[in-house]
Amino acid sequence: MARMKFICDAERCIECNGCVTACKNEHEIPWGVNRRRVVTLNDGVPGEKSISVACMHCSDAPCMAVCPVDCFYHTDEGLVLHDKDVCIGCGYCSYACPFGAPQFPSQGTFGVRGKMDKCTFCAGGPEEHGSEAEFEKYGRNRLAEGKLPACAEMCSTKALIAGDGDVVADILRNRVVMRGKGAEVWGWGTAYGSKQGGQPTPGTK
Amino acid sequence: MKAALLIATLALTLVACSEQPQTANSQKRHDAPPYAGASQVFNDAGWKAGDKASWEQHLKVRAQRGQNDYYGRKN
Repeated sequence: MARMKFICDAERCIECNGCVTACKNEHEIPWGVNRRRVVTLNDGVPGEKSISVACMHCSDAPCMAVCPVDCFYHTDEGLVLHDKDVCIGCGYCSYACPFGAPQFPSQGTFGVRGKMDKCTFCAGGPEEHGSEAEFEKYGRNRLAEGKLPACAEMCSTKALIAGDGDVVADILRNRVVMRGKGAEVWGWGTAYGSKQGGQPTPGTK
Repeated sequence: MKAALLIATLALTLVACSEQPQTANSQKRHDAPPYAGASQVFNDAGWKAGDKASWEQHLKVRAQRGQNDYYGRKN
């Protein structure tokens, strides 16, 4: 198996925030914490593009490099996970991460900054798989249940793809080749029918 | 009676001030591999817990079926 990866197809993302909702629901994420969010580039301008962003589970993760208590670890599947019992909530990882993935919930009566929380690729943490302790700290462990991350599986336009890097690359490559380019991708003809009717332009594969 | 009521009210009010216990470890623990299974009723059918090859194949098929619009389609 290669490494587990996410990819978001900007041609398909419609900024519905279904992935964000699926994540919050699946893991019962507290108010104010967003493990995943949708970012729109050139918002309001014709041709705007949206992508869904969370922890990218970097191969050479800057959060791991700067953590003063070394609470992060890489799994064999290439996921960057962390041990909340070791985390001291200092926030260094938040400054180091280029994607803004680390989140810090307000905890306790006085709303002090809690331990870091981030996307786990639905793979939980170092607690026993499927245990109550794991769910409370890290959320559901869907990977150990033989499932893929909820955000990607819930994506209505299949813009967000998750899984083994080779499979993800294969799906996206095949999609790009099949959909062609230009007006036939999402144009009038595709929606309402025309001579071209959503078929690839002659000459494209 | 009034004192008991007051104590009960105070106890109920102060419950909201309690905090979740947080344990601090200096050593991070090793995670079990995901193919070991979650031993739950929520496990997806079609693979054997503990069998890495079976888990990998199951996820590959699930990714293709669930996320590839062109799965099984002949070009």
